Amino acid sequence: MNDSPARLPLRTAAAVKLGNLSSTLSQKMGLGAGGMIGGRVALKLDPQALNRLTQGRRVAVVTGTNGKTTSTMMLARAVSALGEVATNHSGANMPDGHVTALSKQPDAPYAVLECDEGYFPAVAGASNPAVAVVLNLSRDQLDRVGEVRTIERSLRDTIAGLRDCTVIANCDDVMVTSAAWNAAKVVWVATGTGWHHDSASCPRCGNPIAWQGEHWHCTGCDLARPHPNWITTDEAMITPEHQKVELRLTLPGKFNQANAVMAAAAAHAMGVPTEEAVRRLRGVSNVSGRYRTIQRNGRSARLLLSKNPAGWSETLTVVKEADHPAVLVINAQEADGRDLSWLWDVPFERMQGRTVIASGERATDLAVRLTYAEVQHTIVPDPLKAIDQMPQGPVEVIANYTAFRDLNARAAADE
Amino acid sequence: MSESTVQIALVLPDLLGTYGDFGNAVVLEKRMAWRGIKAEIVPINYGQPVPDSCDIYVVGGGEDTAQTLAVKHLREHPGLQRAVTKNAVVLGVCAGIQIFGESFTRADNVTHPGMGLIDSTSHAGGSRAIGEVIAEPAGGLFAGPLTGFENHQGRTVLGPSARPLAHVKVGTGNDGSVEGAVQGRIVCTYLHGPVLPRNPALADLLIEWATGTKLAPLDLPAVTAMRAERVRAAS
Repeated sequence: MNDSPARLPLRTAAAVKLGNLSSTLSQKMGLGAGGMIGGRVALKLDPQALNRLTQGRRVAVVTGTNGKTTSTMMLARAVSALGEVATNHSGANMPDGHVTALSKQPDAPYAVLECDEGYFPAVAGASNPAVAVVLNLSRDQLDRVGEVRTIERSLRDTIAGLRDCTVIANCDDVMVTSAAWNAAKVVWVATGTGWHHDSASCPRCGNPIAWQGEHWHCTGCDLARPHPNWITTDEAMITPEHQKVELRLTLPGKFNQANAVMAAAAAHAMGVPTEEAVRRLRGVSNVSGRYRTIQRNGRSARLLLSKNPAGWSETLTVVKEADHPAVLVINAQEADGRDLSWLWDVPFERMQGRTVIASGERATDLAVRLTYAEVQHTIVPDPLKAIDQMPQGPVEVIANYTAFRDLNARAAADE
Repeated sequence: MSESTVQIALVLPDLLGTYGDFGNAVVLEKRMAWRGIKAEIVPINYGQPVPDSCDIYVVGGGEDTAQTLAVKHLREHPGLQRAVTKNAVVLGVCAGIQIFGESFTRADNVTHPGMGLIDSTSHAGGSRAIGEVIAEPAGGLFAGPLTGFENHQGRTVLGPSARPLAHVKVGTGNDGSVEGAVQGRIVCTYLHGPVLPRNPALADLLIEWATGTKLAPLDLPAVTAMRAERVRAAS
């Protein structure tokens, strides 16, 4: 289990060296964080770099629509109980990001890789993972990523072909269950997370899915909620040995409990004792800037990232607990998806009665949605100025992908 | 019009709700409520019979398997078809334009029967049409431009009984030239956004058809600003 990574062929070694050099240059010249450029260079010089760089390591690949970055960080922390872990950070979750991360830690015997759903077939194919984690699948950037069923289908075909891999799958998600149904080895986790709007009909046969409480089954084929090996309960989890373990996470919200239980189950499959895994992942508090609080002129603004309807629904639940003013920030760049129709799938009606500012490059689209949701609001396109216009005290800031990325970078530069 | 409350049927949101088209029903409801017209949204989920007594029917977009299941349900429970014979107002978006027609043929070359409400046939186009659309409403049906976001593989050919909703200036629509269809009080379009938040004049046209009354103007600055932004961005 503790094999050290295989010695790299000359071509890969040279590719990695030049790639690392590009990352360093990119950082030094202020062009970027260097999370992808190095990998891009290395992959150009050696297209097999990902395969070669993962040889001899125990690899876990984490994918799904929401929670990838958080779960990856939790799993990497947990697996670090066993030894050095190479992992990609800050959402650089395509092969160039993986190659960059692996190149920087050539001797780490473990790798935990966050992977964009669309790249899962290529990455799982190249890295021969010991563990694959499939968190959830829901509508996200339909104009760029495509429809959920297309993604489910490609995950399903890839997973069916994985040998020697334990798939950790969320059995409360119909799409994930279908994707993992034919896995050679699968561990089912009841996460209790619910976005069912993409699974009224079966991804396998098209017949309706029937729900009774948490149980579900297809009315046309044998797809049904499997018996879970791990169960998420309120603030705790039940292990396969029927032990109850308190989670006591630093991160808020039910969806982070789900991320934690998925990570604990994956860590277990990697060989980490459960108590040890939970003790380590509890410490995760700031995931690439998410959930951190910034101080500005007497306002303490908590930064939350939400990218799609399922994510926004969960986040609105988290901010509902306290009645703080909220800045909602929406962009629609290519990485966000250009089509903002999804704003109408988010229950913004929950924000009625609260002080709300619509912000971001597409603040007016959001303002239209808020108008029809009968949420009083003003429009301030610059999110930092929006925070400054709020009353002093706590402020919740919820932003989608590029809006969050840019806001986080500006806030960090101010500090 | 049934009783005094205008009933907006939201047809199979569990199957045809992929692209936020639920927003179309919300916009109709609010634009009536804010003018003192009582209105309510009646969701009709899969497995429920489709009533023929609603005033407006809103049908959204869905993925392929969901669309097939939806059309099967709507043919088995033909409340929507009966309502059309009683002059109900219908908005069909994306999948709507395909399933309301005589037939639709998928990329796998299998042809599925439609509901026969619109004189049209649809088939899979070579490439997926994705992006902002600007079109000019045909015959000055409502104040343009018609704007929205399209994301579809289907192409639609209209027969003589159906008129185009609009003429495409930017984007693809049915075939690169015309967009959508109007037949009687049925309006179909490929546009999301959703389409009614983007196009308040179209929303009001549907309401006027359903209520038979001329509506007072309703000025929503955010809507005006968004329309201007979208037209600027697409041009």
